[in-house]
Amino acid sequence: MERFERVSGIAAPMPLVNIDTDMIIPKQFLKTIKRSGLGVNLFDEMRFDENGDEIPDFVLNRPAYRNAEILVAGDNFGCGSSREHAPWALRDFGIKVVVSTSFADIFYNNCFKNGILPVALPKDQVDFLMDDAEKGENARITVDLESQTVSTSDGTTFRFEVDPFRKHCLLEGLDDIGLTLKKMDAIEAYEQRAQLRSPWI
Amino acid sequence: MSRPRTLYDKIWDAHVVHEADDGTCLIYIDRHLVHEVTSPQAFEGLRMAGRSVRAPEKTIAVPDHNVPTTVDREQGIANKESRIQVEALETNARDFGIVYYGVNDVRQGIVHIIGPEQGWTQPGLTIVCGDSHTATHGAFGALAHGIGTSEVEHVLATQTLIQKKSRNMKVEVTGSLGPGVTAKDITLSIIGATGAAGGTGHVIEYCGQAIRELTMEGRMTVCNMAIEGGARAGLVAPDDKTFDYVRGRSHAPKGAAWEAALAHWKTLGTDPGAEFDKEIVLKGEEIAPVVTWGTSPEDVLPITGTVPHPDSFDAGKAGAVQRSLEYMGLSPGTRLADIEIDTVFIGSCTNARIEDLRDVARVMRGRRVKDGIRAMIVPGSGLVRAQAEEEGIAQELQEAGFEWRMAGCSMCLAMNPDQLAPGERCASTSNRNFEGRQGRGGRTHLLSPAMAAAAAVTGRLSDVRELV
Repeated sequence: MERFERVSGIAAPMPLVNIDTDMIIPKQFLKTIKRSGLGVNLFDEMRFDENGDEIPDFVLNRPAYRNAEILVAGDNFGCGSSREHAPWALRDFGIKVVVSTSFADIFYNNCFKNGILPVALPKDQVDFLMDDAEKGENARITVDLESQTVSTSDGTTFRFEVDPFRKHCLLEGLDDIGLTLKKMDAIEAYEQRAQLRSPWI
Repeated sequence: MSRPRTLYDKIWDAHVVHEADDGTCLIYIDRHLVHEVTSPQAFEGLRMAGRSVRAPEKTIAVPDHNVPTTVDREQGIANKESRIQVEALETNARDFGIVYYGVNDVRQGIVHIIGPEQGWTQPGLTIVCGDSHTATHGAFGALAHGIGTSEVEHVLATQTLIQKKSRNMKVEVTGSLGPGVTAKDITLSIIGATGAAGGTGHVIEYCGQAIRELTMEGRMTVCNMAIEGGARAGLVAPDDKTFDYVRGRSHAPKGAAWEAALAHWKTLGTDPGAEFDKEIVLKGEEIAPVVTWGTSPEDVLPITGTVPHPDSFDAGKAGAVQRSLEYMGLSPGTRLADIEIDTVFIGSCTNARIEDLRDVARVMRGRRVKDGIRAMIVPGSGLVRAQAEEEGIAQELQEAGFEWRMAGCSMCLAMNPDQLAPGERCASTSNRNFEGRQGRGGRTHLLSPAMAAAAAVTGRLSDVRELV
């Protein structure tokens, strides 16, 4: 996995609560057997009309936000299905950070597996960043994982929490499976204990 | 004496393979269910790294999300991308030695319906699947939740998951349900009370008399939608109903193994005095038949209600409500029971088991689907379909005007040809009313099978209590 250290880029505001994974990547794009190439379909039904033409008002179609690398969104971002196509589509489009007050559990997990940093902040701070993001390309936000901070261009800085293990994996670009396979002795020992304790499983 | 533990604590503790200093745990996974949409990239990852499936005997695979539900599917899947995905699953199952229920196998069906049906789902197990509705299996007192594709690959390769423990949440439903009120009304009412993020970071244990009085199938409906309230998983402590349901199924323990399993399963309950981080209580007798009016499952009201005004919500939600009402083509103040529908969909991992179909048949007896309404029944598995045919329900429902389909996820997520047209309004027994969920521009109202049948009869959202 690609390492994540810091992102300094344009933040796009999406002040809508409960943005679900069906919005992020509608089901017709889940028929792929690949991980790549989903960025063109990110937010498809909000971004394009029935004819496939861009809907000009949609934030990522507006000139200021076409190269956004950060999303600032309403509560409960990523709710709904477990589809990892959602973070794949975000990352393929170029989004590396999503800021919200809260995230759905599975989506939150999936982000870390794909080099995306979900940043949860209190509501007043998300509101502040949302207002800042409304300024368009003049408003660049910097997200630094090592120091766990989000800073606006005028210097306002907020600190966020992140699980130390996930932070470490993201900073180093570590592969979870490789890490777990190093614990194979513990897995085998567990399986032996379980076989004695609950042989019906 | 040890600290009193919740059911979730007990299952968690029994599955910890390794715990790091910061509380990050490696958790052993007893059962892994795999379907065609969220697994191809995981198998590809294994191949690229030269890894094998650690415990193929603990893994089952079934295509469900994008299989057609018309009878002609036996001749092959017309949509090329869907066909490739289903074929990839079959190849992967064969190459890695995983049990596979193919499209033409009578045991094929929605993954969360066939797990319990085949006896793969048992109390006390950890169960995962690349699908958020895996919480369904929690009805058996198993710890079951959805995972992403990277985690699917992780489980295939290691039979474990890296996890941090969630918090405990208790949802108690006291008393008994009134006539015409079902498990679906319970689970939607809970989400209405907690909100779509009310359970985030928690595992819910559902308890109380109304939950105890539900059948296993009703409990599955309740747990199925735990994720719609934000919870990772939902659980019900196992009891005699659970054991009776599991006994004798293909993959259930037999003989002495059954006795040993049963003795263990009987210990799986929350200890008196165990602490929950969050608790809510609903009165069962106050729960009404409900429908959703918006585009989040939290947008739910009793059928006797009216479409709410955006101004009655706080600032963050008001915008979403405004957008929902525009999408749904509804005006504030409209009586929910005046909303006319075009389509009825009975199916999904929430409500496509035999009891759901019996509920529909009960309401339909002596009645017909209103002229001009498209009404479709998609049984949850080939075995549910066969049983309904044996009981005569299938024939009754077809005579009443329903289409009778083959098993699959179908119009719950509309990955196959079963979709709504833009603006088409559907009374649906599924679990999500998101924008575009059942087809671009399609409008979904979630409700119970009995309520869906009532809507089919009248052509509008209707109070089933007036028909029973």
